[in-house]
Amino acid sequence: MGTFSTEINSFMSYAIEVNNLVKTYDDGTQALKGIDLKVDAGQIFALLGPNGAGKSTLIGIVSSLVNKTSGTVTVFGKDLDKDRQAVKSMIGLVPQEFNFNTFETPFNIVCNQAGFYGIPKKIAEQRTEKYLKQLQLWDKKDTVSRGLSGGMKRRLMIARAMVNEPKLLILDEPTAGVDIEIRRSMWLFLEDIANTGTTIILTTHYLEEAEQLCKNIAIIDHGEIVRNTTIKELIKTLDIETFIFDLDKTPADSLLKELGATLKDDASIELSIARSECLNSVIKILDESGYRVTSMRNKANRLEELFVAMTGDKGALS
Amino acid sequence: MSHSTYVGIKTLMRREINRIIRIWTQTLLPPAITMTLYFIIFGNLIGSRIGEMDGFDYMSFIVPGLVMMAVITSSYGNMVSSFFGAKFAKHIEELLISPMPNWAILVGYVGGCLFRGISVGIIVIAISWFFTEIQIHNIWIVISTVVLTSIVFSLAGFINAAFAKKFDDIAIIPTFILTPLTYLGGVFYSISLLPEFWQGVSKINPVLYMVNTFRYGFLGVSDINIYAAYGLILTFVAILGGFSLLILHKGWGLRS
Repeated sequence: MGTFSTEINSFMSYAIEVNNLVKTYDDGTQALKGIDLKVDAGQIFALLGPNGAGKSTLIGIVSSLVNKTSGTVTVFGKDLDKDRQAVKSMIGLVPQEFNFNTFETPFNIVCNQAGFYGIPKKIAEQRTEKYLKQLQLWDKKDTVSRGLSGGMKRRLMIARAMVNEPKLLILDEPTAGVDIEIRRSMWLFLEDIANTGTTIILTTHYLEEAEQLCKNIAIIDHGEIVRNTTIKELIKTLDIETFIFDLDKTPADSLLKELGATLKDDASIELSIARSECLNSVIKILDESGYRVTSMRNKANRLEELFVAMTGDKGALS
Repeated sequence: MSHSTYVGIKTLMRREINRIIRIWTQTLLPPAITMTLYFIIFGNLIGSRIGEMDGFDYMSFIVPGLVMMAVITSSYGNMVSSFFGAKFAKHIEELLISPMPNWAILVGYVGGCLFRGISVGIIVIAISWFFTEIQIHNIWIVISTVVLTSIVFSLAGFINAAFAKKFDDIAIIPTFILTPLTYLGGVFYSISLLPEFWQGVSKINPVLYMVNTFRYGFLGVSDINIYAAYGLILTFVAILGGFSLLILHKGWGLRS
């Protein structure tokens, strides 16, 4: 009895459990090559990979938009093949591309989605108001949605995904194309959602976003999970860190050669340094050569460097 | 049926009906104008020189056929434009990720098509009052035939839309199959006018059975056996409905 109970608890602790998941498209492309993935319930989990790595295929299979070739998917212990309706009722999806009727108003789009999940009209209307207000779209509720800005459209899709109050919210690059202020307000919104116990899986480009929101991360490349760990552990594995030094004048070629740096613009240089090395030697060379360092910063997207290191892929993250 | 499924169907039907009403100049007005022209040209101008058809003046004879033609094209057109439009703009995903059962999605869309088909039918009948006196032989046959025919062509439109990859694909079937079947389906003439061979050929056209059953509901005359016609229409509903559900289950044309 005790063992059974332990097994049940262990089973139920995963928001998603994917085993040996394979997807081969009709043209022969193998998008997923037997991946295994477990995502604990109640956390914000980041999924990374380059274009064509299999992220969207994985998200598509979990949300019933793509047919899998083989393998199993369970969501909060419910098997996708055996209990698809139950799995669907627990998921909210924010896809990367806009996928709402642009001739409809935000109010109708969100309220109808609630209806498709079986939520009675009165409650659907209350929830529509709640989420449109939370996502700062209430004043646009009766505007035809094709007239909304890109950021508003993305928030509309988040409101639509939240209206069934899912246990699992899946977001494919939720903050792509939105300005910094809105991005930060969306982070706060997602953190609030996560604090209510909703599990969130998101794909993102931004290290800042992943660091801010996520505890765990998985990297997919060529249809395989190449890393599945905590984000802190992953960042620790960075051997090299890239810095940008702003100087008081344009550096000579001899200086760039001596430092192994590249010129970013007229008076800025980019320099990659092993974590085991210290920056003093660089500062000393600059000082002795007659340059003043006016400012210095990390290159913004360390995650990209990390990704390139993990996959050996020089392509941009998607 | 669970309450949540009922709510889902109601929501989808309401959305579809709102869409039809919102774009009424594209959905309800065109058949009214087209059928008015048919009544003026074929009914009044040419019809008056044709004389009687199956014992009725030509205008009275073609009214049921024209109503049925409008119902068929509106039901089919509604499904292909709405469903393919949803597929093309990807908002069909709103339904595919939802827990609505496949049959409920189909019922919701067919319900929208029924609304448009029957609305158009009522509009055309109302217009025909300006041209001739309408008599009704059996109201239940009129209602059941128009509902079943609208369902048949909604389902056919669904299959077309599911497999369509571009807008051309939803125009081919109406142009090259639906229109010839309708025009040769006894809308404008009784097949008793045709030589025996062509009468036999006409009898493999399913639209003939629908038009004649509908006409029987109005005038009490038909070129074919009414019971056989009902059997055929119900068989079509079952086959097309079953195939549509298979499409949704397998995700053909909808899920990669």
